[in-house]
Parts: sequence; C-alpha cells; structure tokens
Amino acid sequence: MSGEDRRPKGEEPRNGERGAKRPASVEPAYDSDVEAAIRENYPALIAYVTAGDPSLADTKAYVEALDRGGADLIELGLPFSEPIAEGPTIQAAINRALEAGTTPQGFFELVDDLETEAPLLVMTYYNMILQYGPEADVRPFVERAAEAGLSGIIVPDLPAEEADPLRDACDEHGLDLVFIVAPTTEGDRLDRIMSQVSGFAYVQARLGTTGARANVSTATHDSLARLSAYDVPKAVGFGVSEGDHAAEIIEAGADGVIVGSALVDIIAEHGADGDAAAALEAKAAELKRGARRGATGEDAPEPEQP
Amino acid sequence: MSTSERNRERDSERTFGDYGGQYVPEALMPALQELEDAYERYVIENEDGFMDEFRDRMRDFGGRPTPLQRADRLSERYDREIYLKREDLVHGGAHKLNNALGQVLLAKYMGKERIIAETGAGQHGTATAMAAAHLDMPCEIYMGRTDINRQRPNVYRMRMNGAEVNPVTAGSGTLKEAINETMRDWATTVERTHYVIGSVVGPHPFPKLVRDFQSVIGREARAQIQDRAGRLPDSVVACAGGGSNTMGAFHEFVPDCANPRFADDSSSAERSSADSQAAQPRDDGDEPREHVDLVAVEAGGSSLEIDEAAGLAPNSATLSTGTDGVLHGAMTKLLQQGDGQIVESHSVSAGLDYAGVGPELAHLVETGRVTPVTVDDEAALNGFHRLSNLEGIIPALESSHALGYLEESHDELGDVVVVNVSGRGDKDLETVLEETEKRDLEAAPDVEVFDG
Ligand SMILES: Cc1ncc(COP(=O)(O)O)c(C=O)c1O
Repeated sequence: MSGEDRRPKGEEPRNGERGAKRPASVEPAYDSDVEAAIRENYPALIAYVTAGDPSLADTKAYVEALDRGGADLIELGLPFSEPIAEGPTIQAAINRALEAGTTPQGFFELVDDLETEAPLLVMTYYNMILQYGPEADVRPFVERAAEAGLSGIIVPDLPAEEADPLRDACDEHGLDLVFIVAPTTEGDRLDRIMSQVSGFAYVQARLGTTGARANVSTATHDSLARLSAYDVPKAVGFGVSEGDHAAEIIEAGADGVIVGSALVDIIAEHGADGDAAAALEAKAAELKRGARRGATGEDAPEPEQP
Repeated sequence: MSTSERNRERDSERTFGDYGGQYVPEALMPALQELEDAYERYVIENEDGFMDEFRDRMRDFGGRPTPLQRADRLSERYDREIYLKREDLVHGGAHKLNNALGQVLLAKYMGKERIIAETGAGQHGTATAMAAAHLDMPCEIYMGRTDINRQRPNVYRMRMNGAEVNPVTAGSGTLKEAINETMRDWATTVERTHYVIGSVVGPHPFPKLVRDFQSVIGREARAQIQDRAGRLPDSVVACAGGGSNTMGAFHEFVPDCANPRFADDSSSAERSSADSQAAQPRDDGDEPREHVDLVAVEAGGSSLEIDEAAGLAPNSATLSTGTDGVLHGAMTKLLQQGDGQIVESHSVSAGLDYAGVGPELAHLVETGRVTPVTVDDEAALNGFHRLSNLEGIIPALESSHALGYLEESHDELGDVVVVNVSGRGDKDLETVLEETEKRDLEAAPDVEVFDG
C-alpha cells in the first residue's frame, strides 16, 4: 500500500472517539482508520449486515448493537439485485432489503445518521457504484461515501485488474479499498493484489459463496501461510459463525475475523420480534471473546482491553 | 511483429472499446487466466490439432456445414432474394451446439472433470448435455423455474442425455437467475469444473471464445452466398438475446463495409479473430469491400418502456434501450433502473429473455457497425407461423424475431438478404399454441379447427 495519508488533508478522522479502545500511550500510527481499527484492537472482529434488512431503521439499531458488543469494524451491505458472490443467507437478506425499498440514497442517509466507535465500510457490487451518478462513473459514489463518513469499500466482483478507476477515486477521497484474496489466489496475482490492498486483506476462508459453516476450512490455514510475508492486516471471512471458529482463525495467524451470515441469520430469525439487537450484541461479544482466546490461548471475557 | 504475435496481443485484450472486462469474484480470476491461455493455445494456435478435432466433430456429430437455402416463397413475397442460413439443422436444433461442443472439448483438453452450464430456452442446456454425453463428461445444468415450465421438451432432452437439471427459483426464474446460480457453483468448484457459458456474454475471454466457435455460421454463409449469388448480401439479419448467433452470423462480415470508418479500422478488436483465421486468407485483397448491413433483431416484448416501480421491462431490447453497466462479469449494455438494480426482462421467447447482451455486440452498435432493431411478441409469432406455412420450416421463437423484422422492413434490407434461422421451433410449440389462442394473428392457422 502507498505510504501517503489516505485521509483528506486537514480533516480529523471521523471516528476519533475510537481512541477509547486504544492504549493512551500509543500514538495513532496508521494512515487508515480501517488498518488502525484492526491493528489496535487485535484480534479484531469485523461484522457484516445488509443495510435495509428488514428496514433501514432496524439496521441502525443493529449496527449500534454490534458496535456495543465489540465489533471493531462494520461492513454495511448496499443491496444489489444480482449478488453472485453471496450464498442463500445473504441473498435472502438482500431480497428483503430490496423489497423494503432500500436505495443508495436511503443507504447513505443511514450512514449519515450512524455514530459508532467502529469505522464503517460499504460492501456492494460494482454496478451499484457505477450507477450512483448520472453516468456510468465511480466518482459520485466515492464522493458521497466519503461525505457520509464511510472509511472504505469492498466490491466482491471487482478484481484488481479492473480496479484502477475505483482505486484512484478512493485515494482521492481517503477511503480504503479492500481486496479479497481467494484460496485460488497465488503467485503473481497474489503479489499484484497485495500491492494494491489498503486497510486489510479480506482472506476468503474457502471457495464458494458466503454462508455460515460448521467448521473452519483447511484452506484458511493455507491462505494465511501464503500471506504471512505481507505486512498488511489479514482478516478471514466466509463461513465463520462461532467463537470457537474465531479462536481457531486468530490462532492460525489472522489479525481479524469477519462474520456476516451468522449475524444475518439472527436478523432473519428475530428481525420481526424486536429481539435482534440484543441477540446481535451478545453474538458479537461471543465472537470477540473467541478471537481473544485465539490470541492469548485463554478465555478473556471482559470486553474492554485486549 | 509476426501475424500470430499480433493476433495473440489483440486476443488477449480484455475489452471491445469500452465494453467487456472481467468483473468476477477473485476466486474465478485464475480460472479465467487458465481459460485465456487455453483459448490462445488451442483455438487461436490450433495446438494439438484442437481446431481440427473440433471441425471434424462438428461435421460428423454436429451436421455441419448447414445449408444456405434460397427461400422461394419469401423471395417472391418480398420481391428480393431471401436466403436462410439453416442453423436449425445443426444437431440438437440450434446454433448452440457450435459453442457447446467447442467448449466441452476445450474443457477436456484443459483437463477439467466436470461441466456446468446455465440455460434459458433450454437450447444451450440441451446442446451442452449432448456435447458432454458425446465427450463423456459429467454435466449439470441450471435453469430458471419459469423457463423449465415453458420449455419442457428441452428439460427432458437434457435429462435423457444424462445431465442433471437444477431448477432456480430466485427472481423471475429466467436466464439471469440461472447465470447467477451457475456462477455460484463455479466459484465453489472452479478448480475442476468448466462453466460452458451459453452466449457471447460473461467475462473475458468468453465473449471471444464463443464468438470464434460461432463464427463458422458467417464463414459458411459468406462463401455460400458468393457461390450462389455471385456477390455478398446487402444485409444479414439475426435475432439477438445474448448475441451468439448474431455475432456468429456477423463476425465474418464485420470488415465488409464501404464506410471507411470501419474498412480502415485494422486495429479494432472486432477484427482480431477474422485476421486470426490466417489459414483462410481473403481473396479480395485491397479492393474496396462491398457494404453489408448487419441487423440485430431484439425482443420488443409487449412494450419498450421499463416499469421502474415494478423493476420490470416488458421486453429484452438491451441494445436498443439499455444503458452501460456491469452484469455477469462484463461491462455492457443492460436493462437496469437508474440506481443500478437490474430489471427483469420479458420476451415470448425464453432464449431472448435476458437483461444483458454481449459486450462485442454493444461495441459494434456503439460504433455504428451493427444496427439494433426490435420486433414485438406478436410480430415474432406471426413470423413463426409465416415461415412454417410458406416454407415448411418451423423456426424457433427466437429466430422468428428475425423473420418478423423481414416482414416489417424488407424494403430497407436491399436486394439480397441472409436471415439466420438460429434454431428450430419444436421446443416452442406449447408456447406458440397458448400465445396464438390469446391473439388474432394474421399468419396463424385457424386454431378452432383443432378443437373440432
Ligand atoms: C434458437 C435460438 N436462437 C437464439 C437464441 C438466443 O441466443 P443468442 O442471442 O446468444 O444467439 C437462443 C437461445 O437459447 C436460441 O435457442
């Protein structure tokens, strides 16, 4: 990644209050809110929910609950009608969000309203980014994302080969562009991607689509081993659903774990009865405890200090 | 630079002007690289005699070459020479086998163990299932629920050929959803599986690969019409869903144009593979080429408007009405809402019912080389009945769009016209009977007679 400050000059990091989690003696050492949130809260918990599932107002409550529960970074899905990288769980969440009338405008208004310690990232498909302005162009989306206070972007259908326009726009506005490293990513491609990553490398735990699984794939261990030489935070996602998985992944050398479908399952189950926020907060705490266990080898239940 | 080096360079380009590219999950990128290498070695360079084996199998198993037939009664009706390129006579009943056999064979050369494909009309699924059975490869096909219901004969054919058919219930249950689901399967099994994409769509190198397998249509037609009419046609007309029979019929004619804007454009991507057919040099040297109009007929459905509130387009007229965006791995023209959500398309013919279109075709339309037009459901149904009745050929509902356009606009097509009959219509009989009963079609036989 480039050494320059990705934040627009003269602006305070929006999520400056996040410093509460950071030991007071340590100066902020990273250009990027996202990288800092992972490094300084090691082992980090990254939570995903689909914005607008079942409504944008609910999403606000869920994000705040995840923030309280210990999520260090939160990915908000901006729904796209053709989510080819998603498994059935998130696909259904996206359909619920679209049926509820979720639009990019509504999404950004939600982000305008959110105040969390954890920096926020948007995860969406490339066409949604291209179509935000009047012409097929990525810049209006990135400008609006920066204005809303988002810290980064993840695009599951945008490989490094096609990413130059978005990369340039993100650089201009101080946003991180997170790339996914798959089990099939090796050799030259791995070098190319790792030289473009900012914030963190999203390590895809297994081939296939998103979705909660019962165990941690051996592909995770292989991928982390391949990545060990690169000095970029690594977070593992696709299939993580329990504290024990988080422990295993951190123990294997990851800096963070990413959990989506397991949280979306909670929303699908409790979204209607109003109990989802409390359940999400508890799940985040369980996952964060599991991650800590993986880092220290012992159970460390209190949520404040690493 | 040698010709083959130059071809290699052009064929490795990921885009056609502004269109094309590789917008897919990272997990698939190495597989696309592998496919690109295989495409260059086997298809472009004929390594291990791949193209020779492909042509032999297309002849013996596939039934090529197909005839270019003069349609006597249509010629009389329109007072000009109408020729039909009979892709309905390819084994399986459509041009789809040209591509399916090519890709399944390529997968075999690449050492892949399993074939997956999506299908709309069921024609591509059928062709893929046949090719997989012929070449002894296990095969699974994804097909939307709606399409399964309206194309039942093809579902049976696929299963008879040993393929598994997986129904897709998401969305409106048509081709778009089937492609999403096939991509998900591929992202899970990519190391041993080849995805036989069914048209000139998807990420690079699929649009070029499929076009090259399909370009046999235009290559044969070009030689056949010169033989028969002693000249090139004034126009070539083909229906466009994703655009594979379109690109197949047009590709050899793309350089045939009096317009210097195209004739001199030797660097443009659309000529790459025409040049790469180095084994068959053109005999017309530096002579100015005759102009051949290339007309892509899209499904106008019941209306050309998009219903934004419902997220529906009652048509599949992507080239005519779409806007630029990214779907299924490529930047192309799409039927989408202002905020980027893809709309559900509609056509009476399942094979044209798709919200996207091939990026090369989008580029050829954008640069003015191909003219997109539309024909509505009713005109297509009339086209179906007219060809059946006048020429004894029952065409696919997809191809019927090209015939509908011929009826409406023959005056603009010149003296010698080639219409690509991309497939035969047996698969569509149920739909045609149902749709015909709903309407008062001038070209249809009296349905009452069947009812006694
Ligand atoms: C006979 C026939 N023609 C045309 C099409 C449309 O596809 P394409 O536009 O790729 O030729 C299909 C698709 O299934 C078909 O079966």
